[in-house]
Amino acid sequence: MSTVAEKIIFSAPSCLLQNTFHFCPGCHHGLVHRLAGEAIDEFKLADKAIGVIGVGCGVFLYDYLAVDCCEAPHGRAPAVASGLKRANPESFVFTYQGDGDLAAIGTSEIIHTANRQENITVIFVNNSVYGMTGGQMAPTTLPGQKTTTTPLGRKPAGDGYPMRMAELIGSLQGTAYSARVSCHDLKHIRSARKAMKRAFQAQVENRGFAMIELLSACPTNWRMTPQQSLARMAGEMLTAFPLGVYKDF
Amino acid sequence: MKGSVALAQGAIDAGCRFYFGYPITPQNDIPEYLSAALPAVGGTFIQAESELASINMVLGAAAAGKMAMTSSSGPGISLMQEGLSYLAGSELPALVVNITRSGPGLGGISPTQGDYLQATRGGGHGDYRLIVLGPNSVQEMYDLAGEAFRLAFKYRNPAMILGDAILGQMKEPVVLKPTQAPPAETAWALSGAMNRQPRLVKSLYLKDGEMTVHNWKLDEKYRQLKETEVLVETDCPPGCKLAVVAFGSCSRIVRSAVDQARRIGLPVGLVRPISLYPFPEQAVREAAVNAGNTLVIEMNTGQMVDDVRLACNGESHVFFKGYPGGHIPTPEDILAEIENILNRGGLKACQL
Repeated sequence: MSTVAEKIIFSAPSCLLQNTFHFCPGCHHGLVHRLAGEAIDEFKLADKAIGVIGVGCGVFLYDYLAVDCCEAPHGRAPAVASGLKRANPESFVFTYQGDGDLAAIGTSEIIHTANRQENITVIFVNNSVYGMTGGQMAPTTLPGQKTTTTPLGRKPAGDGYPMRMAELIGSLQGTAYSARVSCHDLKHIRSARKAMKRAFQAQVENRGFAMIELLSACPTNWRMTPQQSLARMAGEMLTAFPLGVYKDF
Repeated sequence: MKGSVALAQGAIDAGCRFYFGYPITPQNDIPEYLSAALPAVGGTFIQAESELASINMVLGAAAAGKMAMTSSSGPGISLMQEGLSYLAGSELPALVVNITRSGPGLGGISPTQGDYLQATRGGGHGDYRLIVLGPNSVQEMYDLAGEAFRLAFKYRNPAMILGDAILGQMKEPVVLKPTQAPPAETAWALSGAMNRQPRLVKSLYLKDGEMTVHNWKLDEKYRQLKETEVLVETDCPPGCKLAVVAFGSCSRIVRSAVDQARRIGLPVGLVRPISLYPFPEQAVREAAVNAGNTLVIEMNTGQMVDDVRLACNGESHVFFKGYPGGHIPTPEDILAEIENILNRGGLKACQL
């Protein structure tokens, strides 16, 4: 029998550890970790990257990416990242935050960090719900969406509208890059990969503050199957959160 | 030199190059001074959007192994408690300065010692302590800034300097003694995993039993602090019948009162805790038990007096006189208290 020489044409990023993700079926955190890992490999940052991890389902990022990591108090990752980057300008500092972390308790930190033009990269996972605490309303929850704290659905009058953070951050003079992408199909994942690399490039080139917002699914707390979740993303999520690049350097 | 400026320069001379803070009276001289002085030595100054951001910027710089500090007052220090708890839980060194306001609430800006319990009990959530130093002169504001950094790095625990508006605003001569930056071992600091395994700075422990192990590890540091890092000034001559205990600015007034009392023949001693945590239990106990009577003077309604009573464990009559809310006592006020106790023979009955 003749042997066929095999050539690897696709593999996991080298900085992605071979640990089984703890995430629920249909969750996009694993995918976002991978996209971050690809960008780390692309810019050869594994030995200078420091991840600052917000409180949420992404808190165990250090179990999956082989880089230095620092936990931050809920919402404060941009402030911690500011301190780390100022103290060590040669390092590559990114935060990994969910919508509760970034758009509710950490609204002040994210806005002022962008405004100071801190040279950091923010990876913002928006799944329109508090995941780790069990599915409560997030600042990004859609009108009418039922959560454990909006049992009748979110009512904008009183509960508020979903916060559009990519637009808000993109409107600040200090921001170098702000974009919203989605993880719900291959075409959009390819765009997300490009945007992730752009958000990394901003810091590598000392352009200043960069944020990538990734629309993601949380089937467990949406009370849906993964397939139903993808359909919801392609429909009402994209309507509520228009994709696009809101600031570019 | 002004106390606040002495403290700020003391931090620089000890090697601190990072300051993050938010304005609040009566400590604004510290950030104002450092906003010019730090960049001049290649350091970084950021005026943050809040005390929450300030303490977390300190956390970030500390995680990078750098000497970083912030300063604030009363309400601002309350906002920092979350970050202080994380610093302690994550075993990160930092200096936090509290030039207190009188409180609670927005309170006032006059000198007070009402934050003693918040400072010495940890202040935030969870089972931890801060290293707390209480200077009583402009020279000590300068010296203890360096000492606080030394202790913070040695024990990988946040340290606090507890002062007030008297110490921050008064001017005294200072001898500058630039010390070497501590040869701190920072094999835990984050810099990127260049030629080594990735490092992790964290305070989350969810696996069975992990948190207990971590709590006992922190406790062991506090035990070592109590054993080796106590700072106290004791002046209790033989035959002393009353030991007066006071810290910080208040101890300066008490010093004058004790000197006046001795001039009229009263057998009075003075114990001044400098490290408020670790509290000088042994020195206080020795002085208090030997004298039989103890008078605690504080510019609050009674906070350190709890530590004095715990140290004495019932073996000395402990009296207390407090001056809260910015009421600064005169030496004559305190002398009257001393005379009152000694003239009555130090009876339990006259406990205030």
